[in-house]
Amino acid sequence: MPRRQDLNSVLVIGSGPIVIGQAAEFDYSGTQALRVLKDEGLRVILVNSNPATIMTDPEFADATYVEPITPETVEKIIAKERPDAVLPTLGGQTALNTALALDANGALERYGVELIGADVAAINLGEDREAFKGVVERCGAESARSVIVHSMDEALAAAEQLGYPMVVRPSFTMGGLGSGLAYNETDLHRIAGAGIQYSPTSEVLLEESILGWKEYELEMMRDAKDNVVVVCSIENVDPVGVHTGDSVTVAPALTLTDREYQRMRDIAIAVIREVGVDTGGCNIQFAVEPATGRIVVIEMNPRVSRSSALASKATGFPIAKIATKLSLGYTLDEIPNDITRKTPASFEPTLDYVVVKVPRFAFEKFPAADPTLTTTMKSVGEAMAIGRNFTEALQKAMRSLEQKGSAFSFARPAVEPGPNTVARLVEKCRETTTERLRNVQRALLAGATVEQVFEATAIDPWFLDQIQLLNETAELIREDPDLHPETLREAKRHGFSDAQIGELVHLDESVVRGVRHALDIRPVYKTVDTCAAEFEAFTPYHYSSYDRESEVAPHEKPSVLILGSGPNRIGQGIEFDYSCVHTSMVLREAGYETVMLNCNPETVSTDYDISTRLYFEPLTFEDVMEVVAAERRTGGLLGVFVQLGGQTPLKLAADLKAAGVPILGTSPEAIDLAEDRGEFARVLTEAGLRQPKNGTAHDFAQASRIAHEIGYPVLVRPSYVLGGRGMEIVYDEASLKTYLENATEVSPSRPALIDKFLEDAIEIDVDALFDGKDCYVGGIMEHIEEAGIHSGDSACVLPPITLAPDVVERVRAATEAIARGVGVKGLINLQFALASDVLYVIEANPRASRTVPFVSKATGVQLAKAAALIGVGRTVAELRAHGVLPAHHDGTTLPEGTPTAVKEVVLPFARFRTPEGTVVDSLLGPEMRSTGEVMGVDKYFDTAFAKAQAAAGGPLPTSGSLFVSVANKDKRSAVIPVKMFADLGFEIVSTGGTAQVLHRNGIESTVVAKIADAEGDEPTVADLITDGKIDLIFNTPSGGQAARGDGYQIRAAATSVGVPTMTTVSELGAALQAITAQRQYSWSVTSLQEHEQTLRERAAQEARGA
Amino acid sequence: MNSPRIQPAVMVLEDGTVFEGRAWGAPGTAFGEAVFATGMTGYQETLTDPSYAGQIVIQTAPHIGNTGVNTEDMESRRIWVNGFVVRDPARRPSSWRSERTLDEELAAQGVTGIRGVDTRALTRHLRDRGAMRAGIFAGDDAARPVPELVRRVTEQPAMAGQALAAQVSTNEPYTVEPAEHGWDGPVKHTVVAVDLGVKAMTPQRLAERGMRVHVVPADTTFEQIRQLRPDGVFYSNGPGDPATADEQVATLREVLDARIPFFGICFGNQLLGRALGFGTYKLTFGHRGINQPVKDLATGTVEITSQNHGFAVDAPVGETVIAPEQRYGRVSVSHVGLNDDVVEGLRCEDIPAFSVQYHPEAAAGPHDSAYLFDRFTDMMDRAGQDRGPEAGDN
Repeated sequence: MPRRQDLNSVLVIGSGPIVIGQAAEFDYSGTQALRVLKDEGLRVILVNSNPATIMTDPEFADATYVEPITPETVEKIIAKERPDAVLPTLGGQTALNTALALDANGALERYGVELIGADVAAINLGEDREAFKGVVERCGAESARSVIVHSMDEALAAAEQLGYPMVVRPSFTMGGLGSGLAYNETDLHRIAGAGIQYSPTSEVLLEESILGWKEYELEMMRDAKDNVVVVCSIENVDPVGVHTGDSVTVAPALTLTDREYQRMRDIAIAVIREVGVDTGGCNIQFAVEPATGRIVVIEMNPRVSRSSALASKATGFPIAKIATKLSLGYTLDEIPNDITRKTPASFEPTLDYVVVKVPRFAFEKFPAADPTLTTTMKSVGEAMAIGRNFTEALQKAMRSLEQKGSAFSFARPAVEPGPNTVARLVEKCRETTTERLRNVQRALLAGATVEQVFEATAIDPWFLDQIQLLNETAELIREDPDLHPETLREAKRHGFSDAQIGELVHLDESVVRGVRHALDIRPVYKTVDTCAAEFEAFTPYHYSSYDRESEVAPHEKPSVLILGSGPNRIGQGIEFDYSCVHTSMVLREAGYETVMLNCNPETVSTDYDISTRLYFEPLTFEDVMEVVAAERRTGGLLGVFVQLGGQTPLKLAADLKAAGVPILGTSPEAIDLAEDRGEFARVLTEAGLRQPKNGTAHDFAQASRIAHEIGYPVLVRPSYVLGGRGMEIVYDEASLKTYLENATEVSPSRPALIDKFLEDAIEIDVDALFDGKDCYVGGIMEHIEEAGIHSGDSACVLPPITLAPDVVERVRAATEAIARGVGVKGLINLQFALASDVLYVIEANPRASRTVPFVSKATGVQLAKAAALIGVGRTVAELRAHGVLPAHHDGTTLPEGTPTAVKEVVLPFARFRTPEGTVVDSLLGPEMRSTGEVMGVDKYFDTAFAKAQAAAGGPLPTSGSLFVSVANKDKRSAVIPVKMFADLGFEIVSTGGTAQVLHRNGIESTVVAKIADAEGDEPTVADLITDGKIDLIFNTPSGGQAARGDGYQIRAAATSVGVPTMTTVSELGAALQAITAQRQYSWSVTSLQEHEQTLRERAAQEARGA
Repeated sequence: MNSPRIQPAVMVLEDGTVFEGRAWGAPGTAFGEAVFATGMTGYQETLTDPSYAGQIVIQTAPHIGNTGVNTEDMESRRIWVNGFVVRDPARRPSSWRSERTLDEELAAQGVTGIRGVDTRALTRHLRDRGAMRAGIFAGDDAARPVPELVRRVTEQPAMAGQALAAQVSTNEPYTVEPAEHGWDGPVKHTVVAVDLGVKAMTPQRLAERGMRVHVVPADTTFEQIRQLRPDGVFYSNGPGDPATADEQVATLREVLDARIPFFGICFGNQLLGRALGFGTYKLTFGHRGINQPVKDLATGTVEITSQNHGFAVDAPVGETVIAPEQRYGRVSVSHVGLNDDVVEGLRCEDIPAFSVQYHPEAAAGPHDSAYLFDRFTDMMDRAGQDRGPEAGDN
């Protein structure tokens, strides 16, 4: 049936900030949804608090609300916009939960808004574990068997039936308290016995363990006519026990016969119908017992999910786009397949290639965290690769991770491994860590059998044999140091990089490449076409393979190659994808053919219709150069952009240039200059600018001398690192010594950098454009926390709220001088610190930065697009004349009355546990650990900050109790804000020294024991927090080790129950302003389009006045 | 490295195109019509599907043989493909049901294969130029001059005009009982299934619904069929050109004249078309896959179907017409393929007969179309009621 005619406007709910488990893929799906809705002529309204998304670009919706995704705020948007419908299935669990809350509280009914693409009853049925078990049973399928028991006798009886091991789960406990796996009767006594105690209803669920079973997922679509298709089957290489998001996964499923696959498909379809999934996408997960083939349904998601994005990229079937069309009433057979153009979407994609996804982790950022992979997702990103077989795809995916040691190493151990070594290596494979696959490969290389490794890991023998095949191929290479063509071909067929081949035959990667090119062994580029070549494909979505025929078509115009940012990681996420996408969009509009190269399936940039051409490839020098060659062969390649995707492409810049590849925008020499301490210092000196005192040390003696010279505290870090990796503030010589002893990244060839740490400085971030002549400052951001916290982890505000006009002018002049001195052609990001009214330059990055999307949205100027145009030769003056940049003002001269935008970050601490099971410390420092960000905009700072806090998941309380415990250095400045909290009626709770200081200042507080001093059953502050008796925490860390324990436990308790915690005085001040404002009035909502309108009007007024 | 496992082989097409690979399966030479199959699962069912007789099958899915071979998934008594082309055969199967490796099975059944071929390039070639004759030459033959190999390919007969159904059909009739397939009630109906290349799953699907199925050879006469007192007659899938099956078409006309409920699939659909007086024609490269969307024009719903056909019925879509053989009355095209609007099913409005071009028994493939067996059962139920209680009571 055709589209419904009764819908004129739709509100789409986004997924908010990037967090582990809910990342960029929802920007990808949301952006597709918005494009469809706009194409259909609907009025589109969007709410998403995440400014780093493409979907929140004002051009994708009619009204874009970068506001907190809370039921209250979304209701305000509904009240203002009065949409006909809400589409909640493309914004992850956040959107779905918000929609359910709006349904439950009657808001939808009050405003006569319909939910489309979702059915509340169906969602509840899909998400309620017990109800879902009933669904599965009615479909004639099985769930894991389980029994509810209330006593040990019942538990023992149930054990007879379920068998060991068995999962024990006490009912109604928080966060899985008391759960465990019982391998025998003793375990059962221990865990279930305690569980019956823990459970308020003395109830324990015993469930058969499906650990080690094969795990599968089917991505499904259903339309209003009940047509159902399977878009993709995905198989986990890691068996049940490791979260799918943390598993190596492969599409299509590779180890099922048709009978088993069809059985799964039948169950999936029956379940969807029984649950009553409305139109759209959903996925169902299965476990299969390897020895018997018994199939158990694990769970379903009645919405577009993380794996939908993967399935879309893996198959070329755009799930989110089609789901949106289905929600408007279309049926699958009415929607054309974009790729083939002539066939409909009512089919099941078939693949003639293999897709492998590998997770990327960030445990190095959380040294205290237990790196064991469990059923809680811990990865922060992923890379996907496509190959014509599993080995090729796997090796490409692993090198796409860009982590040291992420690719297999086939180097043989120095000594021939004995039986003990083999046994030890096999044992190691049992551990479900990030290293498991590499451990498997090492064990097989050392001589373990597939059977032994299967016994230890339960990884399907077919996959293990493929890894064995890689080892055998490595042996073939090792035995042929002359690299005969057959050997090279065989190596390349199995995905070996030139570097891996070089390692085996002791040759440099470049020599291997030289031989390979001389033999003309080059990859071809195949097409992802949904149909295994049955029909002609019209979308140039390519992947490399060492095969016979290439399918890359000639270019009509010169092409611009854009290197993406690879897998998301902490410090390099969606913000960089944003700049890549903008570059592609603006250059296409400007008449260029754009070519995107990236390996991250979560992103908008890897959507096949963003660029003229898409190569889904690893971002290594070898892979990039082969794409460059393919582009040249087809008449493309004007040049390459390396400054948009963060460090990943940037670090290739010099090699690319050396290989004769034209680099667009800022030159590799300029990039190097900014990284080189000596050269950069010269630029600063010439411009009359200052840096904090600093030095470079190769050992402790040198470090100690430098530290004495410049004075403690100092900031130490290894050279050549990202995201503040390994960076620490050191207050004394003893700590400096400890740091250097533990810093694995410091070595004689990689010295430590030591800077004077500026205490109590105001940190300032700037994004600017420079064309060689004119500078356009995009925006000046003032950090809310003092210097010392990584800029990526600190909240900031634009326009700056406490910087005097002369400071802003000094920042502007410094920015221009540095941009000119470095030789920037495009974007530059600068960090300054203002201490005692002296402006220090902290660092300069001549590339797109994390804050570009925030600045663009806050100021209504799309900086990345402007940078791309500068890269192809436009000037700032031209861009001003053509309206790409404002005609008169820039980020330093924003018109009076410009609304205030606050950026706040979200942190993943609650995900990580120490091996002992406690939360890792949430103290912020110079090392970045946030996964995402939100933006709050309002007329003034107070409400903007309140919005940002609410959007980041920690809405500020307007009454209740404030716990205060501050370091000595902060005691003086804490008094006034705490007094004001007391005046607002907050109960103040405090400990020891802080309580005394408060008392002397006339602030009475309830005193609780410090954790270390608590006697007997005396409740400590941690207990109060855990019991929910504290609404806001103000805890500043002292540098010393003594208080660290207490502070850590306070923050850990706060993290586990989610109480907002302020760790700096300035943050508390901001919170105080926000809370005061919230007590006076309820905030209103403003769309970005209205925001930009305000900016334009104010600018016009000033221009007239001037 | 000259291990015996790595022997060169070439795949030569009649237009002179050569694809290099390595020998696989049984040594030797294979000839046939080169066709590609796009299913990602079900290679064993494909190999043993008699409709593939006379063909060299190219699997577009790169990894083949991962789950080995088992007896249960055989769709007939042997492998029928003449040659098998894959990219990456499994070195080691993994499945709890696997009994032996695919390599062993191919070698044991004397099926010559070739591996390591750019199957996608080959598929694109066939897609653009149509299915054509081909040969696989392994071992020493692979090194012979190309013109000689091409000549040997073109000496083979083309698929159009080939009568293959009789070759693949069973020699002796046999019966599939409902009780063998989980039906514990009384037998509902008796069906005579004419084996033109039937797959094991088809009689099973009928038996599961309470039908006793007499599977009879392709040359069975109407008289012989009638002696089995069928409530319904079924024509199976099968290989070859439907234009060659005059004998079976004549028999089918007698079935239709006798108003015995009829259901045909695949080749059976083409023969119903011809019996009604429509023509059949060869498709450029056919439909071979398990992801083919078909629309039921009566309900508007779409089913994902398993297909394997190189010929199709030429009948008007979208209108009910009088059959060219006018005594059969009105006929509609009941199903169309959504990828290319090919006729995928016929329904007689005035006599109890219908057919589909695809495979409702699946194996391999989705089970979306299993309802058609119920439709056949219903048709026999109604015919039984019309005929009165004494008919169809065994």
